[in-house]
Amino acid sequence: MRSLVLPEFTISRSEECDRCRACEHQCPFGAHTYDVSKDKMISDSYRCAGCQRCAVFCPKGAIEIRPAPSFYRPNASWSRERIEDIKRQAESGGVLLTGCGSDKPFRIYWDHMLLNASQVTNPSIDPLREPMELRTFLGSKPDRLSLRSDTDTATDPFLMVETPVLFSAMSYGAISYNAFQALAIAASRSGTFFNTGEGGMPSEMKSQFKKHAIVQVASGRFGIDAEYLNCAAAVEIKIGQGAKPGIGGHLPGEKVSQHVAATRMIPEGTDAISPAPHHDIYSIEDLEMLISAIKEVTNYEKPVIVKVAAVHNISAIASGIVRAGADILAIDGVRGGTGAAPKVIRDNVGIPIELAISSVDRRLRDEGIRERCSIIAGGGIRCSADVVKAIALGADAVYIGTAALIAMGCTLCQRCHTGRCSWGICTQDPGLMRRLNVDDASRRLVNLLSAWSHEIKEMLGGMGINAIESLRGNRDQLRGIGLHEWELDVLGIKGAGE
Amino acid sequence: MEEVQLEVSYGRTSNESAIEIDASHMDTRELNSLLRDLMLSGYERAVLRNVCGQRYIGTRLYSPQRRVMTIEIHGTPGNDLGAFLFGHRIVVHGNAQDGVGNTMASGEIVVEGRSGDVTGMSMRGGRIFVKGDVGYRSALHMKEHDQKRPVIVVGGTSQDFLGEYMAGGVVILLGLYGAHTASFIGSGMHGGVIYIRGEIGEEQVNSHVLISRPDDADTEILGSQISAFIERFPDLSLDVDCILDSEWTKLSPRSSRPYGKLYASTAPD
Repeated sequence: MRSLVLPEFTISRSEECDRCRACEHQCPFGAHTYDVSKDKMISDSYRCAGCQRCAVFCPKGAIEIRPAPSFYRPNASWSRERIEDIKRQAESGGVLLTGCGSDKPFRIYWDHMLLNASQVTNPSIDPLREPMELRTFLGSKPDRLSLRSDTDTATDPFLMVETPVLFSAMSYGAISYNAFQALAIAASRSGTFFNTGEGGMPSEMKSQFKKHAIVQVASGRFGIDAEYLNCAAAVEIKIGQGAKPGIGGHLPGEKVSQHVAATRMIPEGTDAISPAPHHDIYSIEDLEMLISAIKEVTNYEKPVIVKVAAVHNISAIASGIVRAGADILAIDGVRGGTGAAPKVIRDNVGIPIELAISSVDRRLRDEGIRERCSIIAGGGIRCSADVVKAIALGADAVYIGTAALIAMGCTLCQRCHTGRCSWGICTQDPGLMRRLNVDDASRRLVNLLSAWSHEIKEMLGGMGINAIESLRGNRDQLRGIGLHEWELDVLGIKGAGE
Repeated sequence: MEEVQLEVSYGRTSNESAIEIDASHMDTRELNSLLRDLMLSGYERAVLRNVCGQRYIGTRLYSPQRRVMTIEIHGTPGNDLGAFLFGHRIVVHGNAQDGVGNTMASGEIVVEGRSGDVTGMSMRGGRIFVKGDVGYRSALHMKEHDQKRPVIVVGGTSQDFLGEYMAGGVVILLGLYGAHTASFIGSGMHGGVIYIRGEIGEEQVNSHVLISRPDDADTEILGSQISAFIERFPDLSLDVDCILDSEWTKLSPRSSRPYGKLYASTAPD
C-alpha cells in the first residue's frame, strides 16, 4: 500500500558536495543514493530519520537535515502527529512502535525548581580547596548504631558509588555489544554501576565486570541462572519501566542473533517475549517471595533492587515494596527511555519522576521506614542540576539511560525499534555496531560522569553543604517557580521568594 | 571430612557423606544455611525430616565449584522449592507447594505427590518429575538453549494455562488418574513441545498452538522420559510400552514469533 504520510525531514545538499558517497555509506535507512548516469547524489526524504549521521560525517559539511516545511492545514485538535499516526495505522493495522523516551510537553518540574546558595549568613564552600563528599551507600541502613567499640553493628549488603549516578538498565540485545561494553567499562572506571537489563550478561564479561554490574531479573527471566545472579554487585527485579508501565516487552526475532540468543539462553531468531507481569508475582507477598529467593540464591551477599514505573499510587506501592524486603527502590518516571515501546503507552501512561520521588520519600518517612531502603530515581535526568534536585527531593541516587546514550552519540531520532541505529548503539547489525568504538564511547561516558560530579560539587559548595548525604531530602534547598499550589504541595517545596 | 559445628539435631547415616536433619524447629533461613554449610563441607546427601513449609530449599546451594548434593525431604516443603536450582537433586516424599523449580537451571526435582502452581516456571534446564498433578500456569515461559532442554513429566494432569508463553523444553502429561480438564493451554506458546496422553479438546488449547500426533522422533523422546518417570516411581508398576501405546496429542507452537504482526513502525519501511 502506498504510504500517504508526508516526509518528516528535508535533506538539502550544498554546492560543496563532491559526490564522495559518504552519506550513502552512513545512512542505514537508505535516504541517500548515487545516480551514476547523472553523477549526482539523490535524496529520498521519506526515508530520512533525522539522525544527523550524514550531516556529521559529510567531509564537506554539505548536508543539512531540517524538519520538513510541508504541513497539513493547521488544526489545534488534529496536529500533524495525530493525522500521521492515523494514516500509519490505517496502512498497517498495527500497534505503533517507537523508541526513546516520550517527547510530549509534559511539565518538566526540574525546570520549575531553583536551587539555593549561601550568601553572607553562612559561607559557601569552595570544592577546589575543601573535601567534598559524593560517595553514596545504597541499601538498607540499620535502625540504630552502636557506639560501643566491642559490638559491630551488622549492616545489610549495600552498593557504594563514588558519584550518585548509575547507568540504568539497557540490555544486550536492545543495545549493541559495543554499547553494552562501553557502559560496563565506564561504570568500572567511574566507580559506579551499569545494569544488564533483562538480556543476561555475556559470559566473557562476567568475571571482568561483576563488581560493577547490576543484573536484572525481569518477567521473561532471560539469561538467568544462579551463576549470573552471583556475578553481580546487586540484583534488580524489574517490575516496570517508565516508558511502558504495565506492559511486557517483545525483543523481535531479528535482533536475537546467535550471541544474543546464547546470552539470553533462548533459540536464535525467536521473539524474546517478556510477559506483562511476573507470573509468580501477583501481590506484595509474592514479591517478598522473589526477593527472598534472590537473597537465598546469592547467599544474602547482594542488595536487591526493585524497579517500578512511576504511576498514580506510587507511594503506596513503594511502601509495599520496602516492606517486602527490597534494599533499594528504583523508580522510573514517565519520560524514561526505551528501545521499543508502543507509542500510545509511552506517551500516556505514568507520572513525572519529580512528583514520584517527593511523594515516595514523604510516605516512607511518614511510615518510619525510609532508612530501610534507598531510592534511585530515573526517567528524565538530563543534567547535573537535575541530579541535585532529585536528591534534594528525596532520592539517594539517579539512573541515567538516555543521557548516557547521547554521550555515546545518540541523537534521539526515535528509530531504536528498527534495529538500524546509525550510531551503532541500538542495533545488532555487525556493520553498524562497528561504528561505535568501545574505547571512545567509554571515554565519553567517563567524561560525562566526571563533569557532572564536578558540577554537583560546585552546586553543593554553593549551598554550603560538603556532603551529598546532607542534601538528601533537603527540600529547603529548592524553591518552585511557576507552579500551582498543589504541585508545590506534592513536591513539598515553597515557592520562590517564600 | 571437616566436622560441622551446628547446634541442631542431626545424625550420621551409614554413608559417611550423608546426614540426617530434623527440621521441625528450623525456619527457612536457618535450614538453608545449614544445607549450604553441609554442602561446602563435603556432604553429598542430606535427609530432611519433619519439613513443614520451609521455602527455597536447594536455592542457597550455588557454589562456583559447582558442588552438587541430593536432598531427600520428608514432610511438606514450602514455596519455591529448588528455585534457581543449580545441578542438585531433590526428592520430596510427599506433596510440594507453589513455584517448584522456579527458574531452575539444572538438576532434578522428584515429587512423590502433587505439585502446586507455576511448577517449572521459566525453567531452563534439568528435569521435574511429579507423580500426581500440577497446579495452574505450570511450565510457564519454560525455555531452552543449545544442549539445555528442560523436561517436566507429570503423572496426572495440570490445571489451566499450562505452558503459557512457553519458549522451549518438553512437558509430558501422562493422565494416569483421570481426564484433562485444563483450559487455555499454550497461550502465547512460541517454542517447546507439550505431549498429552488421553483426550484433549481443541477448545482447551490456545489458537497459537498446533495440535498434531507425535511422530517417531517424538515417540523416542516420550519413551526415554517416560522410562525415567517409571524408574522414579516404581510403586506405580507402569509399563513404558503400554503407556506409549495410547492416544497421544502433541502441542507445538504455530510460530516462533506469535506477535510478529502485532506492531507497526512509526518509521517508513
